[in-house]
Amino acid sequence: MTEDFVQLLTPNGEFRPHLDYPLEPDADLLRALYRDIVLTRRNDVESTALQRTGELGLWCPVLGQEGIQVGAGHAMRRDDYGFTTYREVGLFQVRGVDPVELLQLYRGNSHASWDLTRVGLGLFTIVIGSHALHSVGYAMGIQRDGADQAVLSCFGDGATSTGDVHEAMVFAATYAAPVVFLVQNNQWAISVPVSRQAHAPLVQRAAGYGIPSVRIDGNDVLAGLAVTRVALDHAREGGGPTFIEAMTYRRGAHTTSDDPTRYRAETEVEHWAALDPLDRLTRYMESAGALDEAFVASVQAEADAMGERIRGAIRGMPDPDPVGMFNAVYAEPHPQVEADRQAFIAASTGQLP
Amino acid sequence: MTEMTMVQALNAGLRRAMESDPRVLLMGEDIGPLGGVFRVTDGLQKDFGEQRVVDTPLAESGIVGTAVGLAMRGYRPVVEIQFDGFVYPAFDQIVTMVAKHHYRSGGITPMPIVIRIPYGGGIGAVEHHSESPEAYFAHTPGLRVLTPGDAAEAYVTIQQAIACDDPVIYLEPKRRYWDRVEVDDVSAISGGPWTSRVLRQGIDVTLVGYGPMVRTMLEVAEAATEEGWDCSVIDLRTLSPLDLDPVFDDVRRTGRCVVIHEAPTVLGIGAEVAARVMKECFFHLEAPVERVGGAFIPYPPNRYEKHYLPTADRILDAIEQVMSA
Repeated sequence: MTEDFVQLLTPNGEFRPHLDYPLEPDADLLRALYRDIVLTRRNDVESTALQRTGELGLWCPVLGQEGIQVGAGHAMRRDDYGFTTYREVGLFQVRGVDPVELLQLYRGNSHASWDLTRVGLGLFTIVIGSHALHSVGYAMGIQRDGADQAVLSCFGDGATSTGDVHEAMVFAATYAAPVVFLVQNNQWAISVPVSRQAHAPLVQRAAGYGIPSVRIDGNDVLAGLAVTRVALDHAREGGGPTFIEAMTYRRGAHTTSDDPTRYRAETEVEHWAALDPLDRLTRYMESAGALDEAFVASVQAEADAMGERIRGAIRGMPDPDPVGMFNAVYAEPHPQVEADRQAFIAASTGQLP
Repeated sequence: MTEMTMVQALNAGLRRAMESDPRVLLMGEDIGPLGGVFRVTDGLQKDFGEQRVVDTPLAESGIVGTAVGLAMRGYRPVVEIQFDGFVYPAFDQIVTMVAKHHYRSGGITPMPIVIRIPYGGGIGAVEHHSESPEAYFAHTPGLRVLTPGDAAEAYVTIQQAIACDDPVIYLEPKRRYWDRVEVDDVSAISGGPWTSRVLRQGIDVTLVGYGPMVRTMLEVAEAATEEGWDCSVIDLRTLSPLDLDPVFDDVRRTGRCVVIHEAPTVLGIGAEVAARVMKECFFHLEAPVERVGGAFIPYPPNRYEKHYLPTADRILDAIEQVMSA
């Protein structure tokens, strides 16, 4: 597998420049990537713990996939737009989604709580794959505006089996929409292995749509950054869509309700743990003299503070005002919603209908 | 005032909406050079260009799903689904994404998408071309559902649907596409499109229907006078929200109500109307509310459709039923 994908940073932490995907990682960039991976990982740990203590209904662990997510997030420009799955915690971190905002969803206080316009990320869709079409539509809007922007569309190996992803590829190719499809092939769709989604490497599918494609090491944050950046630039310049398959691995459970020991071997998890994205970045930064003790300690302190803030905000967060469930069903007044709202208020204040 | 078919009225309404708002886009299969299979978009691509009248690949989920992204970007897509029976591949995008997005986003992102669907039977079409899916959509919070009864209605309400910030399922009664009526070029509907309209006021029975049944109800009301029955006719026009106050007012006078639609009677729009009339007009009713609609079978091959659809005879039978109760 190692021969047929783009890799800039080996598991041993050696940097290997790539002619097609130029990157000169200076210390500032490396530190920013390091910080985002550490904070993403800490968010994952805190959120899992909050679910285990009953503060959250669910959590979707991200451990193992932070490299591609943080790399791709850094490849986006501020005014690019992204569409994600629920597992893109690394991308949420880079784009500035407050973990507390995100966790309100898993606590059951809201369906989606971040400001789409501020962070430039659409709401994720739990119905797998359907947001791939929204990505293409948004990109068609960018085309019509003549704007210098592109869309990053993230989904997983499981989503590639859906009709909506197929249709998204067809529409994107037809209109040469400025969109980059980023597939995180984490090997498992809950308990279904990628071998049950595809008989050929996913990266090969793009050729059938006339979309250029590339397979990369998804545990290599530098490859994720460099390749996604080239693809987004290509899209912005009118070159149309690109399909990236990032080979990675979900080392945790699908969600906190899942039990992966029922369907996969521990040795597989260990294999991928040895390919950890943070370990190799750390090794490289140490060898490049970009990681000093003071910086590591400062990121650690920031992670601790974030964890404390998340716990403080989520534990004991009050339930929302019940009447709020009637809000924003429509943008313009709808008499049925208003009638139901008034009936609810009347019933909850003991008035007869 | 100009005499127009409903197809021409829709075309003129779309043209006006596109002229008045550059964010309005049309999307659909065969809507460009062909002008749509019913020619509703005839000439619009020539005048507004391929960026605003978008011929799409043959994929309904793709059409609606990309419309969602365009709406997020600030556009106002008007989607054409070629026939009623072809909307189901887009059902997930409509029900899961279009209907819920404003709610899920906490009111940040509206979905000003109009989904035009030629619907209903009576034209001798093949399978999947004669269905009445309105109850699915009216049952879905977040969607609005409009259906014009004639060309004059179509001209105005298509523009109002496009101007609305909520998603609108716009159901076009295809067997009325070629009916001609006078269309007032400047008129607006008083009270907006989200109201029902009383087309005729009688003293004996209130007929309630919408879309393709509007003309049928008016014909039945005329025929009923020969039996000595004086019928009111109410066009619901909007199926979400339902505007039933005019129905209640009328039934409180007549004491009798017949609800009519092509869709299966069981669990259809008429069931909701009947339940609400029963609650609001209980002490005024002289007879149980009657419903006339399709049997609980898939839309049959077209040689059967004259037996399936609510004909004048079946509606007159229902009137006789409530008059003799």
